[in-house]
Amino acid sequence: MSASTGLHELTGAQLSELLAGKQVSAREVLAAVYARVDEVEKELRCYVLLTRELAERQAAEVDELRARGESLPPLAGVPIALKDIYCTKGIETTCCSRILQGFIPPYDADVIERCRANRLVFLGKTNMDEFAMGSSTENSCHGPSRNPWDLERVPGGSSGGSAAAVAASEAIVAMGTDTGGSIRQPASLCGVVGLKPTYGRISRYGVIAYASSLDQVGPLTKDVRDCALMMNVLAGHDARDSTSLAVPAPDYTQSLAPDIKGLRVGLVKEFMEYQGVGVEPEVGAAVRAAVSRFQELGAVCQEVSLPHLNYSIPVYYIIAPAEASSNLARYDGVQYGYRAADGEGMIEMYRNTRNQGFGAEVKRRIMLGTYTLSAGYYDAYYLKAAQVRTLIRRDFDQAFETCDVLIGPVSPTVAFRLGERTDDPVQMYLSDVCTIPVNLGGLPGMSIPCGFSAAGLPIGLQLVGKPLSEETLLRAAYAFEQSAGFHRRRATPVQHMNGRRTTVVREG
Amino acid sequence: MRLTSEQVEHVALLGRIKLTEEERELFTTQLNSILAYFEQLQQLDTAGVPPMSHAVPVSDVFREDEPAPSLSTEEALQNAPEQGRDCFQVPRVIE
Repeated sequence: MSASTGLHELTGAQLSELLAGKQVSAREVLAAVYARVDEVEKELRCYVLLTRELAERQAAEVDELRARGESLPPLAGVPIALKDIYCTKGIETTCCSRILQGFIPPYDADVIERCRANRLVFLGKTNMDEFAMGSSTENSCHGPSRNPWDLERVPGGSSGGSAAAVAASEAIVAMGTDTGGSIRQPASLCGVVGLKPTYGRISRYGVIAYASSLDQVGPLTKDVRDCALMMNVLAGHDARDSTSLAVPAPDYTQSLAPDIKGLRVGLVKEFMEYQGVGVEPEVGAAVRAAVSRFQELGAVCQEVSLPHLNYSIPVYYIIAPAEASSNLARYDGVQYGYRAADGEGMIEMYRNTRNQGFGAEVKRRIMLGTYTLSAGYYDAYYLKAAQVRTLIRRDFDQAFETCDVLIGPVSPTVAFRLGERTDDPVQMYLSDVCTIPVNLGGLPGMSIPCGFSAAGLPIGLQLVGKPLSEETLLRAAYAFEQSAGFHRRRATPVQHMNGRRTTVVREG
Repeated sequence: MRLTSEQVEHVALLGRIKLTEEERELFTTQLNSILAYFEQLQQLDTAGVPPMSHAVPVSDVFREDEPAPSLSTEEALQNAPEQGRDCFQVPRVIE
């Protein structure tokens, strides 16, 4: 880091050291990050709510405790951005849906409790696709966020606000959720690190549900070390989530050794071409270059085929909307959120409330799920999809007999333009073709930067592991990152430069 | 299988969503194209394959039945669009 580097451009690990050595205060760090927010937020729109007063109080507490000589957790005083999907006690939580406008949760999600206990400083709630249904943030009731690398392009989704905030240094670290790629795809499109852990590794208690058998919480960070530090905060058993795994969480920073000699890496054929259609040439080239780098680092690489991955999109778009149609039945205008003013009787009140409260994509998925679960169609759709899900998981299990890590692209394309896919649901669904199978299998998956297109847009590499092999993923990711160095490039969005919106790229 | 506009209206009733005429037509077209896309799954022989409804084999997670504090009535009602007499209030159900 050079003397001119602003505090907001540093990583959590770098700030942790400066804070522990009392070279900077948590209040100074917070002021630097909010100054950055004030500078670029008008263009990027990463946040739907800023919690300035709370953040200042939290930062002041950290400084006081430190002054008294108390020992603090590593990320104490580091500012974090939270996806608007976590229940945060006393702070409005809307899932970027009109139907939850004004909802003030009376309790904290498990992961929010953990962040508070670790004394992270809450910057605010970030933008997302409504109820996490989408791949671009264009389904947010607040309108889309922008990609810091090119303001005419989407940041990805659904955790697009969190990814863009980290990429633009509007946050040091952030949290997202991932049901079909909602952490990894925006991480890829924004050039940051994102991890979707094994299903059950992190509690879902207090996380607004979309598809409960697929939803998982995870961090978005500037580099792999911060990802490991965040995993130390988030992972662990929680009795309030019955699917939470009762397995002790390791110290993930122990995995940060750049030695991967003998690691067995499998390039997944179906990630490179779904049903015979290849990924964008620049994406494919960057992934193949990553394979070569892994080989240079001592890994043993091979190509593997998981044929049932060619069915993951229809399987996902049967299972996820089916679960969503049940989960979203609770938004009926009775216990919380929006209620339509008009309507005769209960049923009409429900129907008007849900018509006015939900956006088009949410309605589409509720309709789809209601239909595929309805009498006469259950076997043809839901049951069939659940059987194919078994075949997908078996393909993974078989591949892991000869591989420690599977790799491929995160997204078949770089960031696409705003509005480009909004009219065609199936085209938008294909954005997540490489990430969806990982959720269906319940496996850990990670996105790390592996290059840039000629136009300067980030490309992400996906790493997939066996259940509870996050440490292997972190080790492989760390070795790659330290060797390749793509994580040091930062996006600097600048408004109307030379008469057009553009971004300036600098090496950090 | 082709969904008719009437079936879409029935599904909207089951899902407790009111659709405008425009939305009903749009969803009829879009749901049909999505359902047609799902047809490819029928190519696969899944006879004897057990369905997977969850990623981890969890079942019957029990805890001790110990009383513990929960949300107060005020907290539970604080977000209600309409409330009164310590209850959620809804439109009249029984005439």
